[in-house]
Amino acid sequence: MSEGISQADRPSAVEGHAPDLFAKFDPLIAMREGLLASGITDPFNLVMEKVLSPTRAICNGRETILLGTYNYMGMTFDPDVIEAGKNALADYGSGTTGSRVLNGTYAGHKEVERALREFYAMDHAMVFSTGYQANLGIISTVAGKGDYIVLDIDSHASIWDGCKLGDAEIVPFRHNDIEAMEKRLRRIPEGAGKLVVLEGVYSMLGDIAPLKEMVAVAKKHGAMVLVDEAHSMGFMGHHGRGVAEAQGVLDDVDFVIGTFSKSVGTVGGFCVSNHPKFEILRLVCRPYVFTASLPPSVVATAATSIRKLMQGSNKRAHLWENSKTLHTGLKRLGFQLGTEEPESAIIAVIMPDLERGAAMWEALIEGGLYVNLARPPATPANMTLLRCSLCAEHTEDEVQTILGIFAKAGKAVGII
Amino acid sequence: MDRAQVDETIRTLIAPFNKKGVAIADSTGFAGDLEFDSLTVMDFVAAIEDEFDIIISMNQQAEIENFGQLVDAVTKMVVK
Repeated sequence: MSEGISQADRPSAVEGHAPDLFAKFDPLIAMREGLLASGITDPFNLVMEKVLSPTRAICNGRETILLGTYNYMGMTFDPDVIEAGKNALADYGSGTTGSRVLNGTYAGHKEVERALREFYAMDHAMVFSTGYQANLGIISTVAGKGDYIVLDIDSHASIWDGCKLGDAEIVPFRHNDIEAMEKRLRRIPEGAGKLVVLEGVYSMLGDIAPLKEMVAVAKKHGAMVLVDEAHSMGFMGHHGRGVAEAQGVLDDVDFVIGTFSKSVGTVGGFCVSNHPKFEILRLVCRPYVFTASLPPSVVATAATSIRKLMQGSNKRAHLWENSKTLHTGLKRLGFQLGTEEPESAIIAVIMPDLERGAAMWEALIEGGLYVNLARPPATPANMTLLRCSLCAEHTEDEVQTILGIFAKAGKAVGII
Repeated sequence: MDRAQVDETIRTLIAPFNKKGVAIADSTGFAGDLEFDSLTVMDFVAAIEDEFDIIISMNQQAEIENFGQLVDAVTKMVVK
């Protein structure tokens, strides 16, 4: 037993004025209190009391249209997916209680990795317990001391945390700026390893990356390329493999990172690759090794869902229609949007400030519509955004209802 | 190029980012005195990198808190 534990019961007398470790959160606490004091419902404390379908839930006792769940393909209530999960729960139990490299690899984990290899037509697939851990693990392990990571400044938190966890030199460039990226690659000392980290769809504004140009530039400078396709899997590209496929450069991408928590409709993360030495990562990637593997029911639902997404072209076309209708409609109503044209299934509505953003969010939820409120510092340029993510299961009528709720709320709050 | 020249060049480069017109001394802090946010830091660093054709990684930036330290670091990179 350590000394710390044996002394735990001794009351510690505080001498002088030791700083409270929580003092650093005071500005955020004050901001939150200020916002809630205005009588507004806490946008970060919503409870889904009952979930009726991929697009409907009961929130605050009211039936609510879900427009901020990233459940792009609506697989969460697919009967085959549910059936697979139930069977695995009955046959393999509720959890693996172990790491993938010890007792946590079941037949289902191998099967979902096989499904991923087939979905992407790639040689290797490695499944993590979350998408966050996939970025954390691959980035921190692949790029080591003396190597350089060149990444977009608007990268997701999991990418930044992967950089922070590793020992590589971190070099960011302005969002989607091909020239800025090239300049940085050009200046990296000769002989250093290079990893370029990009995303297919950037989730804050719903814009896509010019991967065709960027991947070519990265390759010209001898860099390996990692693309996070979390928000594009299932509906972008001919086979639903993402933006890199849609732009014809998937063959030049060394690592694709993805998640099960969006189009696939459960939880988990993965990396697929054709690198001949890829499998060694299973032994050296700490966020893969030092955590329990996904429960059998989760990998079974994921494998079933991935295989169904391979035949999802009708649903994909409908999702695009929804995205276009919502984008056109919101623009016509006078809202300011994150992109000129719809580029993905995310439509970001830019709010003038946090106060009016929160008021708008509240007016929408009271009107029976849930969207994501995104606020600084998670957002680019400190914007307050209402992020809408469409689902292939939203009907045409539902999209019109959504536009009606937006119009009413926007006028009530004075944004349009 | 010596330290004085690097100092002068960076002084010119910082002007458009110094919105409040803070007087620049070696001890002027980027976070505390100039109140640079992360986007401003990126643009300011990019301006310096382009001017001197160097790379200043975020790891190196973490060690640089004030103007004097920045001039020292850039001088070290450009004077071989």
